[in-house]
Amino acid sequence: MPRLAIRTGAGVLAASTIAAAVPAHAETIRVTIPRIKVAEYHAPYVAAWLEPAAGGTARTVFVWYDVKKKGAEPGSKWLTDLRTWWRKGGRRLKLPADGVSGATRAPGTYDIPLPKGLPKGAYVLKVEAARETGGREIVSLPITVPGASGSTTGKTELGSVTIR
Amino acid sequence: MTARRRIARLALASTLSLASLALTAAPASAHRFWLVPSATTLSGTGQTVSFDGAISNDLFNPDHVAMPLEILTIVKPDGSKGEMLNATKARHRSTFDVAIDQEGTWWIGVKREGYSGKFMLNGEEWRVGGRPRKGVKRVAGLDDIPAGATQVELVESLSTNGTFVTAGMPNDEAFAPSGKGLEIQPLTHPDELVSNEPGRFRFLIDGKPAAGVKVTAVPGSKQFRSSEMVTTVETDGEGIATIAWPTPGMYWIDAQAEDTNPAEPRAGKRRMGYTLTAEVVAP
Repeated sequence: MPRLAIRTGAGVLAASTIAAAVPAHAETIRVTIPRIKVAEYHAPYVAAWLEPAAGGTARTVFVWYDVKKKGAEPGSKWLTDLRTWWRKGGRRLKLPADGVSGATRAPGTYDIPLPKGLPKGAYVLKVEAARETGGREIVSLPITVPGASGSTTGKTELGSVTIR
Repeated sequence: MTARRRIARLALASTLSLASLALTAAPASAHRFWLVPSATTLSGTGQTVSFDGAISNDLFNPDHVAMPLEILTIVKPDGSKGEMLNATKARHRSTFDVAIDQEGTWWIGVKREGYSGKFMLNGEEWRVGGRPRKGVKRVAGLDDIPAGATQVELVESLSTNGTFVTAGMPNDEAFAPSGKGLEIQPLTHPDELVSNEPGRFRFLIDGKPAAGVKVTAVPGSKQFRSSEMVTTVETDGEGIATIAWPTPGMYWIDAQAEDTNPAEPRAGKRRMGYTLTAEVVAP
């Protein structure tokens, strides 16, 4: 079974409503999926990965997609819509992947821990979101491990992305 | 011009461009032969890709004649032959499906080779290849040239035109050179092109890096812009062409070369073409 990447221990609803009250633990990524008012809204596919600043293999932190949809057009078919993530590492994964893949999320704020045991150094955190009948957006956040911190924000498909 | 004569002329033009296509690597006309997949990058097997093929003025807007389907080849990532499904030849385009049942990079396209030219026999000029025409003495190909022929002038044509689809991880089997004619060895995989990174391809002639090969790249959908936005480059000393993409989109990338090394001793010249359709994604 795909395990959800969210590790706050709180449910999705709880996470989205009381996120501000829960102190994030060290080196946690906080991603906000904005509420978008359109006639046909589908929760976005979202992936986050770390690229070593000096170059090298990207490491997927999480990917949220329609894990339940099976049949001729399973949810995994549309993973290539996260086109940068797919090229940088998605296609190397066997999905669903334990601790990495999970279901799509409704608008809200989600906390995801950075992978444990990351080698020290400079990285760029990338978060990419693609929405059916909607847009696509990718944001970058340079960080240094350990002690990663910083924040950025998307304009359309992603809200704030913070690490601390 | 009456409507009927106009139609007859159009029909003739269509047949002519097809005939010249079958014989030469680069049709001298503006008509371009292309094949476009509905997707170039798939998350895995078990999916079907639909293809459109045509010979048209505008890339990839079918406005002239459909691609002939009988000359198409589908090569799976392991080198075995794939199957064409649901094939239909319509007025302006052909369409077919390919069920992608193997991970890796597929090639779907057309490889052609042949000779064209002329010779003299008993004081009369004969043509080699081309389309049958009234009042023109003609043989279909090289093997039909009679023993008594004199003043034989032939041109060898080798051309490859196709596109790549990758399911899951890409692989390189599709680029194993045959060592004959103009071929490509991508330094950037055709299914990994991004508009903010130049694409780099090495071109080979008879398996060796070919310098000075002319390569043009044209994005499709010209009907929505004012210029063709063509990029023209030449391969360097190592046979490498570096193409900076002016915009994301589906591209028609075409390389042309000519030399004096045909396989047939009676031919003086060899024309070679290599064309691929590739998707350049936005970063």
